[in-house]
Amino acid sequence: MKPKHLLLIFFFVFLSQGFAQSDFPEIPNPPRLVNDFSNSLSPQHLSNLEKKLRAYNDSTSTQVTIVMVKSVGPYDISDYTFQLGDKWGIGQKDLDNGVLILAAMEDRKVFIATGYGMEGVLPDALAKRIVNQLIVPNFRMEDYYTGLDKATDMIFKLASGEYKAEKVTSSGEGGGALVFFLIIIFLFVILPMIKNKKDNDNHMGGRGGNVDLFTTIMLANMLKGGSRGKFGDFSSGKGSFGGGGFGGFGGGSFGGGGAGGSW
Amino acid sequence: MKKAWIPILVIGLIALFVYTKAVGVYNIFVQNEETISGQWAEVETQYQRRADLIPNLVNTVRGYADFEQQTLTQVVEARAKATSINLTADDLTPENISRFQEAQDQLSGSLSRLLVSVERYPDLKANQSFLELQAQLEGTENRIAVARRNFNQSVQSYNSNLRTFPNNMFAGWYGFERKGYFEAAQGAETAPSVEF
Repeated sequence: MKPKHLLLIFFFVFLSQGFAQSDFPEIPNPPRLVNDFSNSLSPQHLSNLEKKLRAYNDSTSTQVTIVMVKSVGPYDISDYTFQLGDKWGIGQKDLDNGVLILAAMEDRKVFIATGYGMEGVLPDALAKRIVNQLIVPNFRMEDYYTGLDKATDMIFKLASGEYKAEKVTSSGEGGGALVFFLIIIFLFVILPMIKNKKDNDNHMGGRGGNVDLFTTIMLANMLKGGSRGKFGDFSSGKGSFGGGGFGGFGGGSFGGGGAGGSW
Repeated sequence: MKKAWIPILVIGLIALFVYTKAVGVYNIFVQNEETISGQWAEVETQYQRRADLIPNLVNTVRGYADFEQQTLTQVVEARAKATSINLTADDLTPENISRFQEAQDQLSGSLSRLLVSVERYPDLKANQSFLELQAQLEGTENRIAVARRNFNQSVQSYNSNLRTFPNNMFAGWYGFERKGYFEAAQGAETAPSVEF
């Protein structure tokens, strides 16, 4: 291939990417739940909101996302919000439990889009009320943080109990696994020690050389426990506590639920 | 003796190629059609949802004694007309789609006139159940827009698949036809725009 052609191809690839970027922002890397492309929030407020939404995502798998842009251009704000939510894949793929709060700062418009799975707990009428009573009055006073903070609080309240993250159940099992682990240690390490002492007293044979019925049952129990993967769950739960990262968007989709307003 | 085999082998290979290609194309079209009919069902569901909201809206508005009867009658008539057109996924020809769209757009138009005339009734505008209905109506319009866009995208890829060579030959054999999609009609995209 001639270098000229290569150049041309590069040019087109570049161009197409340029077009894609001009309409919709790309998912930031690393992914964040609060994305302020308009620089309207202070770093302190940004990290507060991010922490809050991330904790909610970790405990419920529901992804409430905030995006603040300067303007949505020729798009209808609702249309833009749905397309952005679909493009980023906010919410889990099989649950569609994403919420996207999009604020176009220069257009002075805001929209809350609900994924298919959130339409039940956050119907349009309630989304409208959140916009009109919590977001708009605060945004009018340029207190963007309070508006978003209150709105997300209300969304959490409405959605409470609807979804549970997988991690929560597995960390519960992790506690069970810990107890199981301790019992195993007791039965395999401590009990045999006592038993072996007895065996040696009786001059029946070598140290720990005999396998009686009791030990067989214990062994079988251990195998059973291992095949259930309890130890694996336990360790993965521990890992997620240490990392504290947000795992990215899950591929949820939006069907046109939600409501907006302007300030 | 040996040379006689070569043409047969070549013909056999070509036949095999055409056969696999034909089967592949057929399957792709069938899958596309299934996607489209699923998305059409979504479009109809959302339009139906709007039609179901209208009686509530009309009743709420009617409670305000002096509300223009003519506007209300128009909405009710347009609704009756729009709900009378039902398209199954099998006859989504361009003509049928545009007929369907025309009826729905008429309803959109009369609805937006209704919502504009509400402007003159401050009591009604403050009525909580009217506000909720209005939010639901807006949400339904949004859902219609999303469903229509998804439908249009699938139809577009199906149509362009259908019309490119060599798929167009196979499609002719099997009897697959072009499907219609929603045109962005004038004013339809923004109606009913309820901005208070």
